[in-house]
Amino acid sequence: MSDLLTLTSLDAHYGDFQALYGLDLSVSEGEVIAIIGANGAGKTTLMRSISGLLKNRAEAVHYRGQPIGAMRADQVAALGIALVPEGRQLFPSLSVEENLLIGGKTGRKGPWSLGAVYDLFPILQERRTQASTSLSGGQQQMVAIGRALMANPDLILFDEISLGLAPVIIRQIYEALPGIVGQGMTAMIVEQDITKALSVSSRVYCLQEGRVALEGRTDDVTHDQITAAYFGVEA
Amino acid sequence: MIEWSGAIVQGVLLGGLYALFAAGLSLIFGVMRLVNIAHGDLIILAAYLGLSTTVMLGVHPFVALLIVMPVMAGIGYVLQRGVLNRTLGPDILPPLLVTFGLSVIIQNALLETYTADPRKLSGGAIDTASLDLGGITVGVLPLVTFGIAVAVIAGLQFVFYRTALGRGFRAVSDNQDIAQLMGLNKAHVFGVAMALALAVVAIAGVLLGMRTSFDPAIGGGRLIFGFEAVIIGGLGNLWGTLAGGVILGVAQTIGAKIDPGFQILAGHIAFLVVLAVRPNGLFPRVAH
Ligand SMILES: Nc1ncnc2c1ncn2[C@@H]1O[C@H](COP(=O)(O)OP(=O)(O)OP(=O)(O)O)[C@@H](O)[C@H]1O
Ligand SMILES: [Mg+2]
Repeated sequence: MSDLLTLTSLDAHYGDFQALYGLDLSVSEGEVIAIIGANGAGKTTLMRSISGLLKNRAEAVHYRGQPIGAMRADQVAALGIALVPEGRQLFPSLSVEENLLIGGKTGRKGPWSLGAVYDLFPILQERRTQASTSLSGGQQQMVAIGRALMANPDLILFDEISLGLAPVIIRQIYEALPGIVGQGMTAMIVEQDITKALSVSSRVYCLQEGRVALEGRTDDVTHDQITAAYFGVEA
Repeated sequence: MIEWSGAIVQGVLLGGLYALFAAGLSLIFGVMRLVNIAHGDLIILAAYLGLSTTVMLGVHPFVALLIVMPVMAGIGYVLQRGVLNRTLGPDILPPLLVTFGLSVIIQNALLETYTADPRKLSGGAIDTASLDLGGITVGVLPLVTFGIAVAVIAGLQFVFYRTALGRGFRAVSDNQDIAQLMGLNKAHVFGVAMALALAVVAIAGVLLGMRTSFDPAIGGGRLIFGFEAVIIGGLGNLWGTLAGGVILGVAQTIGAKIDPGFQILAGHIAFLVVLAVRPNGLFPRVAH
């Protein structure tokens, strides 16, 4: 299998504070990767680094063999990487439909369109003219996912899609996932709920204080290994 | 009585011009939180570009707009990408200082090129033409100016709320990082916003130059009127900006009616009164 995305000793800094230390990671086409780790482990920082919101050495991130670590986020987006950001971060001045339309700004071709997103989340069509802020948390998350899909990405990054949502909504969103990833899309999923994360992924990376503490096939890693990697203690 | 209604009508029409001064300011503040101290001088620059175009090509100032508007828009884009984008950040001081410096540079360049002699754009018959509206005499040029102001505000409103370009403006204004993730390059979006603002400035400058004589030093005053109109109307609301311009214009013409020396002061007083009663202006956009 060829690598779609490769991170080579990726560092990330916020001012003097270093959040990621020499991270190595690779994702093959069509894979679903789970990223787990305690609060503050660096999961969001990793997503920001891949998507171009945090600049890096060009060589630290390769996408389809091309060094993209130093690119701006809009250039990365044009190459086909989309992020569903932590906390949804919809545009409050834009209606539901406008939020979706702006996701299609890159003009990339593919299966996703306004109609396809409305088929996936019919409630959004009913609410299309409403301000995005007037939706429930779960509906806002659907907009955030739809907005990323509108870019017809080849690699989609989900940062905590179930955070703060009711279990029934989480189930709905996870039920939609196979339909999304089944379209040949590669995905990285950051998730607090480890069981959930492992159930949808084929490989898992566990971060701890900015470093990869565990990496393996979902079927192979044991509960004890995860506990150790997650909390940094020998179980 | 008719005299007072006359003053009010004149004031309303004058407000159209002030709204044109204000619209560009409001637009760029709305999109990129940039307060452009050089805005008034850019209006005067546009008036002089109008002058040069009418003189060189022998065309009417309205025709000159076909050249002045794209030229000002081009200046806006280059200025934004080359200079102003570098000043934008968490600190609001650098853009203020840089646009202040720009204001001084423009004034001096105009002084060098055109001298300090007052100039005027001649529109021919329209300059003096007037209509009799039930006993109130209204100048055709102020009427046309007001009509253009309404059309410009309606046009900007349309762009802002009904087009992909406007969607990008609002998205970048809401959240620059996330907008960038969507494939919008904010440096370019800001450049386009400034280009649009300066295209409006071109219209404002040419209409100002047809209405009154101008010299390189009067930019600062136009900036103040523009600011006052924006703030009276409420930040981020274009129709509010038109209302703000009208209130300012009416206050000035009524002030002038009481005492000619009172015109400008009356405008400032109206501004302060509105600010004291409604610190966010009359029609602020509701906070999200
Ligand atoms: N803007 C910032 N400025 C300074 N430090 C930051 C910033 N954002 C994150 N950090 C720090 O970087 C580290 C990693 O943060 P990050 O948000 O990537 O963690 P996370 O794994 O996503 O956590 P969570 O599960 O809480 O979302 C933390 O120690 C955090 O305090
Ligand atoms: Mg996080």
